[in-house]
Amino acid sequence: MPRNEIKIGGFGGQGVILSGYILGRAASIYDSKYATMIQAFGPEARGSACSAQLIISDEPISYPYIVAPNVMVLMSQEAYSKFTPELAPGGILLTEEDLVVTHNLRADVRHFSIPATRIAEELGKRLVLNIVMLGFATALTNLVGRDAARNAVKVSVPKGTEELNFAAFEKGYEYGLQLLKKEPEKILA
Amino acid sequence: MHADPIGVLTGAHFIDGDHACSEGAIAAGCRFVAGYPITPSTEVVERIAERFPFVGGVFIQMEDEIASSIAIQGAVWGGKKAMTVTSGPGFSLMMEHIGLAAMTETPCVFVDVQRAGPSTGLPTMPAQGDMMQARWGSHGDYQIIAIVPNSPQECFDLTVHAFNLSERYRVPVMMMMDECVGHMIERVVIPSADKIEVHNRKVYDGPKESYRAFETGRDLIPSMVKAGDGYRIHVTGLTHDEKGYPDMSVSAQGKLVQRLMDKIRIHADDIVMYKEEDVEGADVVVVSFGITSRTAIPAIEQARAKGLKVGHLRLVVVWPFPEKRIRELAGKVKSIVVPELNMGQIVYEVERCAAGKCNVVSVPHAGGTVHQPKDILAAIEKSLRGT
Repeated sequence: MPRNEIKIGGFGGQGVILSGYILGRAASIYDSKYATMIQAFGPEARGSACSAQLIISDEPISYPYIVAPNVMVLMSQEAYSKFTPELAPGGILLTEEDLVVTHNLRADVRHFSIPATRIAEELGKRLVLNIVMLGFATALTNLVGRDAARNAVKVSVPKGTEELNFAAFEKGYEYGLQLLKKEPEKILA
Repeated sequence: MHADPIGVLTGAHFIDGDHACSEGAIAAGCRFVAGYPITPSTEVVERIAERFPFVGGVFIQMEDEIASSIAIQGAVWGGKKAMTVTSGPGFSLMMEHIGLAAMTETPCVFVDVQRAGPSTGLPTMPAQGDMMQARWGSHGDYQIIAIVPNSPQECFDLTVHAFNLSERYRVPVMMMMDECVGHMIERVVIPSADKIEVHNRKVYDGPKESYRAFETGRDLIPSMVKAGDGYRIHVTGLTHDEKGYPDMSVSAQGKLVQRLMDKIRIHADDIVMYKEEDVEGADVVVVSFGITSRTAIPAIEQARAKGLKVGHLRLVVVWPFPEKRIRELAGKVKSIVVPELNMGQIVYEVERCAAGKCNVVSVPHAGGTVHQPKDILAAIEKSLRGT
């Protein structure tokens, strides 16, 4: 697997940083790959734009910043407007269906969306929307394996919430697999 | 000696450089930290504050950096291993006490997670602008050791090493991190305690009447006692004799300062640390350190793809500077390229050692982000023109 650059964007409080962290932890601890995560570090607070930048590769990572992300996971309209111009040609864009309207999308972009907030609400906690998105991203990319992602979720979420988070992960993962069956030609990072 | 297993979180972690630094300090046996939290170093003391209650350590959030940098020295003379943690503006305030630690030969660690300056500058963005300050920031003549990690893993490994060097040579050791390495999250493997080598200061346990606090053998490093052991000791920033008593004579000054310099110089070959890659037969060598050693790699690879013979020498320990090796290389290569996240600091050391024997090209950057590899590539190509 060559160098993959991933940007996860949304607003503060959605668990953007945590989902990036879990993805990186899955890759570097449970999948024997290399991962480097950089947080967009600024005066981000609940409700304002924030992002996590992650590189996952089979080779040691030298340059630590992302240049042209080939995978984007976006959970807010602001993040969509701000970040999609950076997406590499042919890149994969994963969005939260109800929070992001994908207007003027470039033709080369491989786009998938999921109503992650609704799914999270059906599970009883809107908070786990980031883990639904993580399951979705795991199904639609080759970044990390399902087991690695699940292991990383287990050790990264608050004690006592593992089952809820597993359920969220599985919902997102299954939703992703169903989409892939419909459009197998769009596969994969 | 090996690390005390109580403090060692053996296993594979996905943590940032700041947290890895904290874990390195704990593994090395550090049990006292005083600090005045400042971005981008805050996560170091946050983790220390969280972890210390479980390992018997004491963390004090002090009123400022001046107080922090002296509190740690009190702890060291009380028998602890200690460090303080800061960034540029706080590092400036600590200069007086770095001199005191050098003068009183107090082993301690100063962590500086560098951000862009001068003054408060860019608090949340990286730089390597404190490299000369680390060496020369306090007044008078003295020697220190400065180490520059380029990954969270090295923040762990080299913080252990920083404590070991400070204990062995009784000098303040600077961990010169930067915002990028400090906040970058990567895999950090912490070995089991029996695989982590830990050095402790030489301790004097001879008869009380013949104890001379600053008497040394051929290694020029005095043995320590701690307050409360019953030895008569006098520790002062004034020029002092072997007993530690103030001695305002030219001869005492000459003898003491010469030893403070020589105790690092005579051990420099053991302290100096650098990593080389494809340096033999190279026309150009890139000399880099810290985060810049990682941004240089794509540039070096691109230059090689164009057929250029480029080697890489990464400084791990920057002070003392590897003078011998740079002199030697300068006689063999056509040029040396020095990218650094400052307007040109370590390049002057390289120029001094190269002494006109090869072309030396600086790749300065005012900080706030890291170099773009294309700028380093352009400097590599430029350095060969006209040679």
